[in-house]
Amino acid sequence: MTTLGTSGLILNEKLMFEHSDPGRKGYSLPPLDVPAVTLPAPLVRNEVPGFPELSEVDVVRHFTRLSTWNYGVDSGFYPLGSCTMKYNPKINETVARLPGLAGVHPATPEHLSQGALKLMYELQTALAEISGFSAITLQPAAGAHGELAGMLMIRAWHEALGNPRAKVLIPDTAHGTNPASAALCGYEVVPIASDGVLSAQTVAEHMDGEVAALMVTNPNTLGLFESEIREICDIVHAKGGLVYCDGANLNALMGIARPGDMGIDVMHFNLHKTFATPHGGGGPGSGPVGVTKALTPFLPVPVLTSGESGYRLDYDRPQSIGRLRSFFGNFGIMVRAYAYIRTMGAAGLKHASEMAVLNANYVRARLEGTFHLPYPNRSLHEVVFSDRDLAGDCHTLDLAKRLIDYGYHPPTIYFPLVVKGAIMIEPTETESQETLDEFCEAMLAIAVEARDTPGLLHAAPVRTRIRRLDETAAARKPRLKWEG
Amino acid sequence: MRYIPHTEEDIRQMLDAIGVETVGDLFTGIPADVRLQRPMNLPPALAEGDLLREFKQLARQNATVESHLSFLGGGAYNHFIPAVVDQMISRSEFYTAYTPYQPEISQGTLQAIFEYQTLVCQLTGMDVANASMYDGASACAEAVLMAVRASRRKKVLISAALHPEYRETVETYCRYLDIELVTIPFAADGRTDLSALERALGKDVAAVVTGYPNFFGVIEDLAAQAGMAQGSGARLVTAVAEPIALGLLKSPGELGADIVAGEGQSFGIPVSFGGPYLGFFAARQQDVRSMPGRLVGETIDKEERRGFVLTLSTREQHIRREKATSNICSNEGLCALMATVYLSLMGKAGIREVAVQNHSKADYARRAIAALKGYAIPFAAPVFNEFVVEAPEPAAAVLGRLEQQNILGGIPLERYFGGMANRFLVCVTEQNSKAEIDALVAALAGGGQ
Repeated sequence: MTTLGTSGLILNEKLMFEHSDPGRKGYSLPPLDVPAVTLPAPLVRNEVPGFPELSEVDVVRHFTRLSTWNYGVDSGFYPLGSCTMKYNPKINETVARLPGLAGVHPATPEHLSQGALKLMYELQTALAEISGFSAITLQPAAGAHGELAGMLMIRAWHEALGNPRAKVLIPDTAHGTNPASAALCGYEVVPIASDGVLSAQTVAEHMDGEVAALMVTNPNTLGLFESEIREICDIVHAKGGLVYCDGANLNALMGIARPGDMGIDVMHFNLHKTFATPHGGGGPGSGPVGVTKALTPFLPVPVLTSGESGYRLDYDRPQSIGRLRSFFGNFGIMVRAYAYIRTMGAAGLKHASEMAVLNANYVRARLEGTFHLPYPNRSLHEVVFSDRDLAGDCHTLDLAKRLIDYGYHPPTIYFPLVVKGAIMIEPTETESQETLDEFCEAMLAIAVEARDTPGLLHAAPVRTRIRRLDETAAARKPRLKWEG
Repeated sequence: MRYIPHTEEDIRQMLDAIGVETVGDLFTGIPADVRLQRPMNLPPALAEGDLLREFKQLARQNATVESHLSFLGGGAYNHFIPAVVDQMISRSEFYTAYTPYQPEISQGTLQAIFEYQTLVCQLTGMDVANASMYDGASACAEAVLMAVRASRRKKVLISAALHPEYRETVETYCRYLDIELVTIPFAADGRTDLSALERALGKDVAAVVTGYPNFFGVIEDLAAQAGMAQGSGARLVTAVAEPIALGLLKSPGELGADIVAGEGQSFGIPVSFGGPYLGFFAARQQDVRSMPGRLVGETIDKEERRGFVLTLSTREQHIRREKATSNICSNEGLCALMATVYLSLMGKAGIREVAVQNHSKADYARRAIAALKGYAIPFAAPVFNEFVVEAPEPAAAVLGRLEQQNILGGIPLERYFGGMANRFLVCVTEQNSKAEIDALVAALAGGGQ
């Protein structure tokens, strides 16, 4: 088999500080056209110690070389589970850079920023329709920020009723951000066992008058639909609690089912997952939150409204949880997500979800005879295997590193925590059958290698510029900056 | 659909391999009673050319520096962005990657973040910096939480001259954590009132939070505040909303700050109607294990070559869950890269020169406005590139008149501070020429006649 991964000429590159040469400049400023003044001497610093001195060419070569050490969605298949690494459309990059959008200052008066506000309003409206919620805030900067906003609203709702309650129930399949966000709202986290799919009976057993909320992910991190969700919501509601949904996996549901119709009260979106905005090497994302009508008084300020005088920002919201950051959110990401929604339309979004689920099930069908599938229920957009059947004392990490040699970004590994040695594969809809076949053949070949030549897995990756890194040493004696 | 490669034949073959008849059969795990029984009601799909036209139409309905002279600041700044910045961050190996979980194929991102952490430490004068937070306001809130965590004290003193949206964000983050927030007023010169600060300090105070420069553009006496705070065992949290100032001002670290949280938008990131921006966060070595956010560290590979990894992750939510130092996961990686590229271009000389230009131009504008009949500069303390103007009439009326001349003259302060109806905040950057400043001054002088 000819693999995608190969070797080529890759250039080494020092740290920018090691290139620095006194007197070099990489900038140009116009001559100062007013008298140069300075501040009183005690306020003024010396030159910034250690700052680089580079020409423009030095800088361009530096970052171009660094970029070649990265693997992105544009390089190849990136089946990182729970992250929805779909293709990032190029037109969205173009529109986000239009000077009339990228160049709008956030303090521009409302009547002079109606285009930007309209775009945000239309995005809110579309997200409400896709999710089935009554109102949307676009302010949170990422999924975890949206979780914080949502859980703060849940707490504010309880406070308004007179009792904030003490606990939040979180299934063992949840992302780590869920318990961390609940804790930021002053809640005690109660983990509950799910056995793949959360049962209504388990929820009922844990539900009492001190439970403020249940946080679920649907589909959950095993790629399974929480089929008892409606009954679960009824149980939580009957005891006066609310249901939060982590919307990380919304890519399975667009046009098929809406969290707002299931009885869920609050959900965050990840525009950088479901709505195709680039992940940026770790952000910026955007984490809008949808809520039911009952929770709208608690939305963060400002709230964007539409009326006779156009679009305006409402700051007069006495029950609001306040603001979660400066200004209105990651507008540049909203522009890209709105462009994606307008490009896809309703039928296109539904088709995306269908093909995402088709792709995950196809990968599952091709691999399940070889790799252990701990939860046999019908998968949606992602599938989780384990390393149980991997031979040769090879583990998930070894498989992941060997996949790199074959030319793929590894899946998410060792998550969810309920699966020992988890291998979490989310292909997304933008991958072709041909790509999936090549990936599956690589996975199957690696399984054979594990049995016959396990050393290949233990040594991997070997085709990369550098080999496995010593993470233990990095943590024991942290070197977190260049010191010459 | 051009983003989805499946042909009818592909779909057929894949369904056969799975062993189901139709795509609908893949969704049998979703009960019928939660299915959407109608098509979603969304605008019709647009072809690429039509989409571009529609977005250009939206873009035309906004005022920018292309249509107006702008003197808007207040936490977002119009600085020149060299073309190299966008070219570099548009390398799709950077922008289509995610968090560098697999270091062997993420060294580009990891080395760039390591360089970013170094640049932030150099600028702020601090020991350690993280890989980024969402923005200056949320970074400031995380700094407060860190100070509370590290000190086990529950009271925080916040300068009234801190950016109001930073303060509001701190309030939101602290809302249900039983943390007492106390406001320290500002003095007549626009700086935090040091005697009020001294009175409020005690053994129960976790942190003092102050802007540098503060919301009024004024340069605080950080050394005095650090001394007072530390005398009570509290940490000084310095919030930097305009980090170009750090090219000229003494670094917060040099003046004794314990945590520096700030907004990196000025470093090559478009104003973009308020985001995405870049929260930067730096602290002292002793607090490193209490820090929020991701950290990149240097290490070696099996063959002893230098490489970089995410490190000290036992602080983080994916390991520690509810006991994590923060809930942050995705941060502002690409914005951190923008700042890294920008600062590498500006370098030692450029960061100083651009800071001096900002300060000189603001000083020129401030003097000219102070000389106008009826206008006053209420705060006498030194400023960096922003200053408060007191008009002889409501600021809204003055700014409204300037808009008629296509000038965005500043930010009215009444929404943030009661009793400041006649005041507005003017920002001048290296992007404003002398002619533009003169036009602003002339427009103000024109008055209501």
